[in-house]
Amino acid sequence: MTSRTDSAVLILEDGTVVHGTAYGARGARLGEVVFSTGMTGYQETLTDPSYAGQIVVQTAPHIGNTGVNTADMESRRVWVRGYAVREASRTVSNWRSEQSLEDFLAAEDVVGIAGIDTRMITRILREQGSMRGGVFSGDALTRSTEELLAEVRSAPAMAGADFLAEVTIAQPVVLEPEGEVIGTVAALDLGIKGATPRSMLERGLRVHLLPATTTLEELLATEPDALFCSNGPGDPAAADHQVELLRGALDAGLPYFGICLGNQLLGRALGFGTYKLKYGHRGINQPVLDRATGKVEITAHNHGFAVDVPLEGEHTAPHGGGRYGRVVVSHVGLNDDVVEGIRCLDIPAYSVQYHPEAAAGPHDAAYLFDRLAQLVREHRAGSAAGNKES
Amino acid sequence: MPRRTDLSSVLVIGSGPIVIGQAAEFDYSGTQACRVLREEGLRVILVNSNPATIMTDPDIADATYIEPIDPEVIRSIIAEERPDAILPTLGGQTALNAAVALAEQGVLEEFGVEMIGASLEAIQRAEDRSRFKEVVERVGGESARSVICHSMDECLAAAEELGYPMVVRPSFTMGGLGSGMAYDEDDLRHIAGAGLHYSPTTEVLLEESILGWKEFELELMRDHRDNCVVVCSIENVDPVGVHTGDSVTVAPALTLTDVELQQLRDLGIGIIREVGVDTGGCNVQFAVHPETGRTVVIEMNPRVSRSSALASKATGFPIAKIAARLAIGYSLDEIRNDITGTTPASFEPTLDYVVVKVPRFAFEKFPAADPTLTTTMKSVGEAMALGRSFTEALGKAQRSLDVTASLPDFRGEAPTASEVAALIEQVRTPTDTRLVTIARVLRSAAEGIVDPAETIERLYEATAIDRWFLDQMLQVAEIATRIREAEVLDAPLIMLAKRHGLADDQIGQLRHVDGEVIKGVREALGINPVYKTVDTCAAEFASRTPYHYSTYDQETEVEPRERSAVLILGSGPNRIGQGIEFDYSCVHAALALSRAETEDGLGYETVMVNCNPETVSTDYDIADRLYFEPLTFEDVLEVYEAEKAAGPVAGVIVQLGGQTPLSLARRLQDAGLPILGTDPAAIDAAEDRGEFGAVLARAGLPAPPYGTAWALEDAREVAASVGYPVLVRPSYVLGGRGMEIVYDEEGLVDYVARNLPDGGRAQAPILIDRFLDTAVEIDVDALFDGEDLYVGGIMEHIEEAGIHSGDSACTLPPVSLGEEVIERIRTSTRAIAEGVGVRGLLNVQYALSQDVLYVLEANPRASRTVPFVAKATGVALAQAAALVKIGRSIAQLREQGVLPAQGDGTDLPLDAPIAVKEAVLPFKRFRTADGQAVDSLLGPEMRSTGEVMGLDSTFPLAFAKSQLAIAGQGLPSSGAVFVSVADRDKRGVVLAVARLAALGFEVLTTEGTGRTLRRSGIPCRILRKASQPGTEPSVIDLIESGEVTLVANTPSGTDARADGYAIRAAATSMDIPIITTVQEFQAAVQAIEALPAEPFTVTSLQQHTERLEATRAGCAQ
Repeated sequence: MTSRTDSAVLILEDGTVVHGTAYGARGARLGEVVFSTGMTGYQETLTDPSYAGQIVVQTAPHIGNTGVNTADMESRRVWVRGYAVREASRTVSNWRSEQSLEDFLAAEDVVGIAGIDTRMITRILREQGSMRGGVFSGDALTRSTEELLAEVRSAPAMAGADFLAEVTIAQPVVLEPEGEVIGTVAALDLGIKGATPRSMLERGLRVHLLPATTTLEELLATEPDALFCSNGPGDPAAADHQVELLRGALDAGLPYFGICLGNQLLGRALGFGTYKLKYGHRGINQPVLDRATGKVEITAHNHGFAVDVPLEGEHTAPHGGGRYGRVVVSHVGLNDDVVEGIRCLDIPAYSVQYHPEAAAGPHDAAYLFDRLAQLVREHRAGSAAGNKES
Repeated sequence: MPRRTDLSSVLVIGSGPIVIGQAAEFDYSGTQACRVLREEGLRVILVNSNPATIMTDPDIADATYIEPIDPEVIRSIIAEERPDAILPTLGGQTALNAAVALAEQGVLEEFGVEMIGASLEAIQRAEDRSRFKEVVERVGGESARSVICHSMDECLAAAEELGYPMVVRPSFTMGGLGSGMAYDEDDLRHIAGAGLHYSPTTEVLLEESILGWKEFELELMRDHRDNCVVVCSIENVDPVGVHTGDSVTVAPALTLTDVELQQLRDLGIGIIREVGVDTGGCNVQFAVHPETGRTVVIEMNPRVSRSSALASKATGFPIAKIAARLAIGYSLDEIRNDITGTTPASFEPTLDYVVVKVPRFAFEKFPAADPTLTTTMKSVGEAMALGRSFTEALGKAQRSLDVTASLPDFRGEAPTASEVAALIEQVRTPTDTRLVTIARVLRSAAEGIVDPAETIERLYEATAIDRWFLDQMLQVAEIATRIREAEVLDAPLIMLAKRHGLADDQIGQLRHVDGEVIKGVREALGINPVYKTVDTCAAEFASRTPYHYSTYDQETEVEPRERSAVLILGSGPNRIGQGIEFDYSCVHAALALSRAETEDGLGYETVMVNCNPETVSTDYDIADRLYFEPLTFEDVLEVYEAEKAAGPVAGVIVQLGGQTPLSLARRLQDAGLPILGTDPAAIDAAEDRGEFGAVLARAGLPAPPYGTAWALEDAREVAASVGYPVLVRPSYVLGGRGMEIVYDEEGLVDYVARNLPDGGRAQAPILIDRFLDTAVEIDVDALFDGEDLYVGGIMEHIEEAGIHSGDSACTLPPVSLGEEVIERIRTSTRAIAEGVGVRGLLNVQYALSQDVLYVLEANPRASRTVPFVAKATGVALAQAAALVKIGRSIAQLREQGVLPAQGDGTDLPLDAPIAVKEAVLPFKRFRTADGQAVDSLLGPEMRSTGEVMGLDSTFPLAFAKSQLAIAGQGLPSSGAVFVSVADRDKRGVVLAVARLAALGFEVLTTEGTGRTLRRSGIPCRILRKASQPGTEPSVIDLIESGEVTLVANTPSGTDARADGYAIRAAATSMDIPIITTVQEFQAAVQAIEALPAEPFTVTSLQQHTERLEATRAGCAQ
């Protein structure tokens, strides 16, 4: 049990200063302060690349009870920069645990703060929107609060931020499913979580994991039956290269499935805009209506931006003189009517803003991977038939 | 799809009397359901035999039948009302069983009534053990290995295969009744034998032991579109082996990763789908192996349960309310989340706090009962607390229990290493005091007497309580040690203690000063709690519902207000003697005050303070603001301070929630809180024998002679001077604790030896009262405003004085009291009300003996009988009481129609229906250490958990209904009656036994009683007592063989006590009606004679009230 008696401070750009105890690594971290409402899954949150550059406030009061383990890593490392909790567990109790969260945070260089009124911070963020902030402990505390606040205010904002180079893999990797292979998915890693390729492999899909900078030629060279774009951090408006790549793939007739950033990319590729939400959706209890079936699924969310498509009716995709045909909003967030998924009616392309791969979160939307497997099969059948004709 | 248009009326089945395992939570869920269904424009018909509930108030349903929940009776109601649908999922196991019976008997089909909420098929799939096992398998889950048995031979065969220990679970019983853990063949014969009996399908399940596994529950909801949500996860701190109702539980689950929790969620959703609960809520219980994670599904309840009430209060997600809407056609996304007002109900609540529930036990009422906790629920109530950490919530919950012994004891020295070893052995057996014992062990760890890490391991090995929880409790012990050892109590240390749930009194105990000193220091240092909000969404969205809990954090969320606030203090956890009846009065106060006008024209803002998750009062819909807080001086005072900072406070009501808030009255007043209604000094005056004696003397009212004794010699003298028999009790307890009737000096010596150890010289004396033998006991509830008296009702007890009023049956209107006696009661009650200085409700108990009306006691507060009186007379007495407290006069209330314009509860017309209240006793829940049922004798100490009301045109019929309502079978109309009574009762039973013989009953008896009966010309068969030698079947054999249909046995002071006990225990185990007083026997025989050949006729409360009002109006003209 490490002793946690030295202090830390969380400072928001609006001037809010909260004192607590230091947790994890000591030092100074700046980033966008967001809150996450999941009651479980802190390890998945910490290792989710979409959180790159952010300071996460956990609304659940007890964090660290179950420690950390290798199996629940969603990527190779922690991406969260700073971490704020109410009660940091000093002990670990779970049969799968391999390390305490505190030791893990220290090893991963995450500067945390514990013992603070996380609900108050959440309410500030809810009312005023996500904002920049900093967590400071150890030597960083030798500076005055005014100096620290000035540092917070001079940090870059999230809008326009580009973290893709940081989170994506360096070299392509091929993942083979066990058993029969039904087809190949080219998955663009923009900060992909481990659960996503797992969900594909379970369905017999071979996954070519590709770096964010992959070109159309490189993409097509993998002979994919579908393109997938993952979740990822930062402002979708900064992802021009990937939007172009996606258009190329659609033009080549490839089926497409996107999650989170992958949803925003589809929106942009079709010619719609994206915008920043006041305080984003981050939790694992969000109701989303699947308009095709009328059913509500409980889903995991982690997004600060959304696609700007009119909620009602069919719309011709504005890009390229309407060459992608009609688009509908397929999924809607019921808490605040935010677009949570779009679907093309004339080409095989669909995407969702939330996380069907879960981890952390409910498995209600896993059917979206079945749909991908179906599109892959159809594409295979189509190209086989095409080959026969030719 | 909005609500179904093909439904226009629904029959809702309630859960009947409060019993262990089925308590106030079903009043909460049923009330919510009825209100919602009416809001939706449906005609709501309700059947529930429990008059103490809010749901049986006449304005909750359109037609309220306070009738036995019996298939035949419900059939009559269906025939009368012809509902379109029946909703059985909100009244616990009782309602579900009744609905299954109605469906199986073809009644629903006959009248074209649709079962909504859950189909017969779904109920059977969930409740039938073997079918449920198949369900679990189909969704990819695992059940514990098990075998279903229908006979003892099958059980013994199965034991060979499963090995000991194994769990025995009877099918279709509630609260785990009849289940238990069998460690060897003897246990198996015992438990499975009883289980086969209790199961309506004579079926028990034997299964592999999962003792010591981690236990979890999920509360789920599903709508007709197949949308499923998990409302809440609950983790049991006590691992598998202790019934979840007896476990300390916590929400949300705290020791599972997301992977594991999602696995439970997938299974839960799979199960609710596969079972086919199309609309509504259910509860699924899981066991998880602590070292391997192997997960086993324990069971599911296809209905709203105790856990769903807890989950509703814990999350702010009103399960019953939503279940009712789903049942009539809505889908989850069509229903708004009340708390936010903007988001839909199709979401899963997320908590930014921790909720802890602790059970409240009543073993002190059953000294012979074995306090070991098992899979049969034994607790009688529960308290819930919220905090921003587990330790904070646990500490608050423990002090909410209102039992000093439930808090860690910081006094004295820490246990030594060898004492620690003994204590660790002790906690291997789960009991009601286990956590406190663990706290003692952890104190030694915190003080370094034993190694902390090693101690946690040893405790884990002994209890299987998760190490995380043990470490949390160790942290509390460490903080306690720091406080004890600190040179000065500084702000950081006090803050730390408060954040981990320590009360001022506890800190004071550690520093050897009064809690109020700590409070003074704390406030001087600026440390006060803040109030957070239960909002279902961890502050993601704004909430509009002020449902608060205290914590020590930075920001408070109490909104300022303009209206004057009235604080209503609830009654805390249910316990024997202080139950739902008090919650009833608190709810009525909130309803009445929220409608009352004020001089400033703004009206009142009602603020409820309570910590009982089962109740209607803690529904966020009842009062304008809800504080889910312990009812202690510290916690109540802080709420008051917070509300005073928010706006004007008109005052606090302490007289409606029973003894718990009442006992705070004086201190709260001294701290400057305005107490509304009867002044605390007057409350004390009524409690103090000397002062109250003076009040009676001034008014010239007689009371039984009494005296106090500090030692045996004094006791002998006092008893001799007041005359035997005497009623003796320790002077420092309330509610009949330790009270006994002593008939002679020998008995007195025995009592003194047991209650004044060391031959006397005790801390407090014993009180000795003349016991009025063969007196008629009378209970009166009245309202006094300083000017006028309104007598709510006069209840004549069926049992003679000496049986606690809460345990005795009574009738309203009284059957045998003359006009002149009633007039004397009225005058005496008025004299007492004036003498004490009552402003509001007053309950007086009288004993009429030799035509002298003795005053036994007076309580200037709401009594247990207020709801019964309100229903029997059709007057909202509790609402009137609340209005009197804020200054309304009885004359005004008569004008406004809150009270009748003329007359009161004493002048009911001759043809007014007779209401009989009967107590429900929990004897069959409790076993002695050697497995016998505990004795079912009634006495001056209250032991009933609840009550029913029988309502009919005559006393015998009303009494017969009350007997049907308390037990499944009711009184027998034929068969064999066993009668064995004490000498003093022999003359009293002759006539009644003769009637039974004439009605065709076979009369069985023992030698002594047999002599009287034979000489009176009554044919009877004399049986051998079990203690007498012989080979022919004994009394016990015949009872156990099921040949006896009614047992009447009154205790005799001296002879063969053991025989009487064995007879009563056998009857209790066999569920045979057992009568232990002559008066009740006479009433029972009257009732048996009057039992109609046809089903009972049924009348709704609304019809009764209408008739009464018509008669009253007729009188007025």
